[in-house]
Amino acid sequence: MTTKPDYVAIGIFAAFFLLVTVMGFWAARWKQSSEAMSLDEWGLGGRRFGTWITWFLVGGDFYTAYTIIAVPALVYAVGAYGFFALPYTIIVYPFVFAVMPVIWRIAKQHGYVTAADVVYGRYGSRLLELAVALTAVVATMPYIALQLVGMASVLAALGLQGEIPLIIAFVVLAVYTYSSGIRAPALIAFVKDVMIYIAVIAAVAVIPSKLGGYGAVFAAADDAFKAKGAGGILLKPDQFLPYASLALGSALAAFMYPHTLTGVFASKSANTIRRNAMLLPAYTLLLGLLALLGYMGHAAHLQLASNNDVVPVLFKTLFPSWFAGFAFAAIGIGALVPAAVMSIGAANVFTRNFWKAYVNPAVTPEAEAGVAKIVSLVVKIGALLATLYLPTHFALDLQLLGGMWILQTLPAVVFGLFLQSLRASSLLAGWLAGLVSGTWFIWSDGLKPIHHLAIGSAGLSLYTGLLALVINLVVVGVVHLATSLRANR
Amino acid sequence: MNTNHVRPRPILLLLLVPFLGLLDVSLYNVAEPTLFGFPFFYWYQLLWVPITVLLIWVVYQGTSHDD
Repeated sequence: MTTKPDYVAIGIFAAFFLLVTVMGFWAARWKQSSEAMSLDEWGLGGRRFGTWITWFLVGGDFYTAYTIIAVPALVYAVGAYGFFALPYTIIVYPFVFAVMPVIWRIAKQHGYVTAADVVYGRYGSRLLELAVALTAVVATMPYIALQLVGMASVLAALGLQGEIPLIIAFVVLAVYTYSSGIRAPALIAFVKDVMIYIAVIAAVAVIPSKLGGYGAVFAAADDAFKAKGAGGILLKPDQFLPYASLALGSALAAFMYPHTLTGVFASKSANTIRRNAMLLPAYTLLLGLLALLGYMGHAAHLQLASNNDVVPVLFKTLFPSWFAGFAFAAIGIGALVPAAVMSIGAANVFTRNFWKAYVNPAVTPEAEAGVAKIVSLVVKIGALLATLYLPTHFALDLQLLGGMWILQTLPAVVFGLFLQSLRASSLLAGWLAGLVSGTWFIWSDGLKPIHHLAIGSAGLSLYTGLLALVINLVVVGVVHLATSLRANR
Repeated sequence: MNTNHVRPRPILLLLLVPFLGLLDVSLYNVAEPTLFGFPFFYWYQLLWVPITVLLIWVVYQGTSHDD
């Protein structure tokens, strides 16, 4: 998308960016304890975040800037199928309600900072800890890069050409995350989320009235898909299982990522998390309405160079410059919050499960914070370089693989909370089987998320991550039985 | 380590209801009836947001939390 610089919009964008930058640096002093800076303070805000801070923080880093660009883009491109994000972000909350308070309590009791800490504490296996930690870091890296892709798309819509604006934004982010830790994104999330709510509510209220109402929007999308001969505003029967399995697999994977777990661990109490399982769905409602912007793109007859332009171009076409600038600032700041929490989450994992485990087991809490701060910088610079020098599809492909990989840590992280007799050996075998088979399927399917299983003459298609999880669980069960039998002999 | 924090109780089964309502796509992959111009497929899934919150709230009220 080539556009002339829109100076009103750029001015609004710059003003909000400046505001959150000041907040980011000031955050270091916000709710700071008198103790020296430890990893608990830097990486988890001292585990003192109450219901509302957690709501803004987790809402801000689970519903990312990339989501705001990509979900409407997918709906624009394929229709109803892109809506799997809606059931996904609904069924995730019963899971969060049932599981996350249990994990939080164990983490709080023992001072754990990462999922791999929980796993090591439960099973005492360095190998299983390493498996979970490695998966977490590798899955998070492309996720950070995608936040940059989201930010780049709104910068382009503002008419800011070249890589300099993106580099400036990210360097500023890196520096205040370094000094303030998780308090920076927690504080910025207030601003970002309020802005996103305003932008999206305005969009879903105003845009349809300009386009003849929601009925007309759906009809226009239906016509566009019929003319194109692909996609549709309802699913085809062969899409039912892919749709449902994508929703289920994504929901089970969502809170295995370091950035979402970091938000959980930073909570003040288990009830903070339970209340959030009831409050966070407000964002899902917003996401469901936001996804409809994809159809509004059809109703407005936008000419797009890329599907990812649907949201920026829609705002530019149908709103005055100042409001477009406001909305783009919301999305741009929206990229900063998850990118910060993701880099902190990855840094926590590196510090606890690589540095403390292998380099310096006697590391003090203060030194842990020092290591994590440096790692958060390295992680972000890595993501920036990847965004600048590698093609975008590389981050997308890795993100797809990453979602499947992180899902394979679910049995190790969660099942042990409820089942007493599980052992590290069977979980490790399951993790490896799921990881290898899933990677093989996705690779041989040409980096597509859906795998077709031929069963006799019939067959079924489903989300590869979920298929790999089934293989994972079967292997866990078989190895568990085999080792139990041997132990009883 | 005491990992038995969640005692299986019948009320927890309510948490499975959203999975049933949303994962069987054949239940709701239809256009009619529409609501405010939204085909059934869309408003049905959006409606599950408040329903899910309500179900979680019922479970929250119906179980004791000592933390």
